[in-house]
Amino acid sequence: MANTFNAEDIPVITPTFRLQWEQVQDCYVILYPEGMVKLSASAGEIMKRCDGVMNISNMINDLHKQFPGADLENDVYKFLEVAHANGWIRTKQAV
Amino acid sequence: MPMAGSEQNKLSKPLWLLAELTYRCPLQCPYCSNPLEIARYDNELSTEDWIRVMRQARAMGATQLGFSGGEPLVRKDLEELIAEARHLGYYTNLITSGVGMDEDRVKAFKVAGLDHIQISFQASNEELNNFLGGTKTFQHKTHMAHIVKKYEYPMVLNIVLHRKNIDQIRDILDMTIDLHADYVELASTQYYGWSRINVDQLLPTRAQLDHAEQVAREYQQKMKGKMKVIYVIPDYFENRPKACMNGWGAIFLTIAPNGTALPCHAAGQLPGLEFPNVRDHSIEWIWNDSPDFNKFRGFDWMVEPCRSCPEKIKDFGGCRCQAYMLTGDARNADPVCDKSPYHKQLHDDVERIGKLADNKEFNEKPLIFRNMKNSKKIITERQAETSELS
Repeated sequence: MANTFNAEDIPVITPTFRLQWEQVQDCYVILYPEGMVKLSASAGEIMKRCDGVMNISNMINDLHKQFPGADLENDVYKFLEVAHANGWIRTKQAV
Repeated sequence: MPMAGSEQNKLSKPLWLLAELTYRCPLQCPYCSNPLEIARYDNELSTEDWIRVMRQARAMGATQLGFSGGEPLVRKDLEELIAEARHLGYYTNLITSGVGMDEDRVKAFKVAGLDHIQISFQASNEELNNFLGGTKTFQHKTHMAHIVKKYEYPMVLNIVLHRKNIDQIRDILDMTIDLHADYVELASTQYYGWSRINVDQLLPTRAQLDHAEQVAREYQQKMKGKMKVIYVIPDYFENRPKACMNGWGAIFLTIAPNGTALPCHAAGQLPGLEFPNVRDHSIEWIWNDSPDFNKFRGFDWMVEPCRSCPEKIKDFGGCRCQAYMLTGDARNADPVCDKSPYHKQLHDDVERIGKLADNKEFNEKPLIFRNMKNSKKIITERQAETSELS
């Protein structure tokens, strides 16, 4: 699979989607017209860092702080590909 | 004693709240899924009632909120309801004909925090659109679609398909591309309410469906990643029923304009149910404890062929309303299923209409339009029928 992202890219949630913490369901969800996707705990942690500020390399460092010792890098890129294919995120254009 | 489905009961949450704010509507579409008795629903909930309902449902986990109708724009408090809904954390969907909308209002909705707007079109050309809606709205609708995109909303365009417009599916899809829709719902008419009494005039033929499906697939490929095309064939042509509402009282909660709570927007027609009203009960009681919301939960209520069928966990026996309309008993298998003893009857009826569809005289039988005048007439006629019977 071709890599959509590299370490310097800054992913941001597409404006037509909304990421939200749902207390009752105890997870992050992605909301869009008439639909909702529940995210796994790790997917939620990645998505909430797609804030249009952090680049992917910082994102991975930040996740390492929270989950020390975990081999995250592959999982992060894999999930970002999925999120991108679903249209949830895009790369923030350099200003 | 545990109630039927009480186990599922504990797990299920009303994730989808459909707020039918009013049955007033400037359009008169003859396939409207509102009940035939719309004229009886003039006792609408107040703003305070709706806010209470939204708060209670949200506390139970509701996330998606649809403002629907009738035409929700008729309600003057729509902006206020949107603001409150968004404040509560709902994803807010406005499901509208676009009639009653202008740029100022779209701007006000944006300020209030509305997430998404869905506009319905009746057809891709002005003449048929205006005929089916019973009013001149086509130009206004296309203008409103432009405004919706100008304010950067995700936009869904919804077109209900039936025999009179399905052959224009290519033009319809080209129109939705021109209007920059993000999603297109090609909704096959479901034969409840008004569409049921117009079924002879609306049911497409098999040949029409095959053509429509082919074109829909072509556009799904062509627009991949740009515009999502959702096309579902009408279930009268299937051999297995749809998992209607994902099961009774599983996800969906509809509140009718007068406060009646329903597991789906067509369920009001089912006999023997009294459906609780949000004026008298909390959403929590209605969803978890009311007898009506538990009536078809789980599998204990089922009769054969569903009871012993391994597919019951997949489709929950189909649609209760369709079972009632076509067999007289809501517990029966949805006759769309070819295991149902009533399937042949439905199939024969579809064949009969298909054969007559080319007949000019049959085709030109007038449609019964959805309006308060016709609704009152139907109510009176049904009352007369009932008193004759008793």
